[in-house]
Amino acid sequence: MQQVLHIFRKEFTDYFISPIAYIVIAVFLLITGWFSFSTFFIYNQAELRGFFQLLPFVFSFVIPALTMRLFSEELNVGSYETLLTLPVTTGDIILGKFFAAVAFVAVMLLPTVSYPIFITFLGDLDTGPVLGGYIGALCLGGAFSAVGLFASSLTRNQIIAFIIGMIICFTLAILDQMLIFFPGKIVSVISYLSAHNHFENIAKGIVDSRDLLYFLSVVFIALFATSLVMEEKK
Amino acid sequence: MMIQVEQLTKYYDDLCAVDHIDLTVKRGEILGLLGPNGAGKTTTLRMLTGYFLPTSGTIRVKEHSVHERPKQIKQLMGYLPESAPLYHGMFVYDYLNYVANIRGLDRTQKEARIHHLAKLCGLEHIMHRAISELSKGLKQRVGLAHAMMSDPEILVLDEPTSGLDPNQIVEIRDIIREIGREKTVILSTHILPEAEAACDRVVIINKGRIVADGPTELLKQSGRSETTLFVSLKNAPAETAVALLSEIDGVQSVQEQSEASTETLTALKLTCPSDPDPRELVYNAIKKTDWVLMEFRQESKTLETIFQELTKEN
Repeated sequence: MQQVLHIFRKEFTDYFISPIAYIVIAVFLLITGWFSFSTFFIYNQAELRGFFQLLPFVFSFVIPALTMRLFSEELNVGSYETLLTLPVTTGDIILGKFFAAVAFVAVMLLPTVSYPIFITFLGDLDTGPVLGGYIGALCLGGAFSAVGLFASSLTRNQIIAFIIGMIICFTLAILDQMLIFFPGKIVSVISYLSAHNHFENIAKGIVDSRDLLYFLSVVFIALFATSLVMEEKK
Repeated sequence: MMIQVEQLTKYYDDLCAVDHIDLTVKRGEILGLLGPNGAGKTTTLRMLTGYFLPTSGTIRVKEHSVHERPKQIKQLMGYLPESAPLYHGMFVYDYLNYVANIRGLDRTQKEARIHHLAKLCGLEHIMHRAISELSKGLKQRVGLAHAMMSDPEILVLDEPTSGLDPNQIVEIRDIIREIGREKTVILSTHILPEAEAACDRVVIINKGRIVADGPTELLKQSGRSETTLFVSLKNAPAETAVALLSEIDGVQSVQEQSEASTETLTALKLTCPSDPDPRELVYNAIKKTDWVLMEFRQESKTLETIFQELTKEN
């Protein structure tokens, strides 16, 4: 556990050493800010639905960009060899990197807390969906980070890692809007697999264990697949 | 016994990189792993340090097996991979601090250790520079400090001096010899004089197999049935000198080395059996003349020639 903490700390500070962090945060705030508030005054409703509805799509681009370097860069430079001959296990490395990515997503969401604060001055804001929205956003961020980490373990090339991660995350995000293309029998299964669906539920302010279980499963499967890939490289 | 390797084998898909190697390393030994490119040196070291798992065979370090307790083995070892791949964005101090944390050093120990290693490896003036800005030699030294962080009992170095300038090579070699006094050191290299200078024992591998294994001195003497003498004479006409020296008992051939000869100097190369020692007879023969002996040296068989013989394509 101590080792996970050391790796977490190193990976987390790494985000802020390189300019990646600041660029990604700026892009994230710009896109979500513009798209959620350009129509805010037209609807004239004191709510953050527009913002939260965007998150699955924005995250499916932004998060793979954050996670693409986690393994790819180490494999490319060769520092993974140095790291692995220290007394750490593959599991320690994966968890450390995963938590660093999730923590960064939380930091990225932090400035957006100003939106609900700002809206309370304009009207009566229902705090339930806002709180749910942030819980959902963290769950979604965790799931996508795990997927991105998995994509990064597959290749030495960061661009390829980004594209693979983006494709998987984007598929999870749009799956429930593609239901008409699937035969009736499997629609309910496909609909369950959609991250968007579960996120919407939580963002309504209803934190259901089924939705939490879905995100936990995605995280678990992705991290487990990552560990299989990394063990295979031995 | 520090390290015991039995029937170690590693396949990359169909390619056999290491083929049933047996090897034991004693405590306090400096072992040189020699071989041409692609012989399996790095793969062997990577398996020893736990980066790769062997396809078959066992590695035991002290009482730990690499299959059962890889973490304990990693704690006993410090490893410097080839060309010292480090985190580029980090500062040298931050990097060493990170390694010290992972190695489980506590706060007071850590500061003292980092300070000591910085001094030993000559890093004091670059502690607050980014690793990406460092030259290759400096990176190598940071890598060495990284490998020695926990004061490991075994130090594994993969081509520690590759790409360094001659001064840096001497420095690194001195550090290695310094450490080798109390620690077990395994280093791989394809530079033979380096193995000759630094190692107690040399293992030569070729195509994944061990082709020679022995103390450096013994290996150098092995198969030395004939020896070569170089003689430079002043005021000696070449033909007379060749004729005179050819007469000596045991001298098989005398050749004039025209590229080393000048107007007044005659350089000759003598081939003789190494037993009995031919030098005395040659010297006595020259003493009887009025020539001046400018140079007289014996070329012993170097590791270079042994290496070439052993790793030659059949």
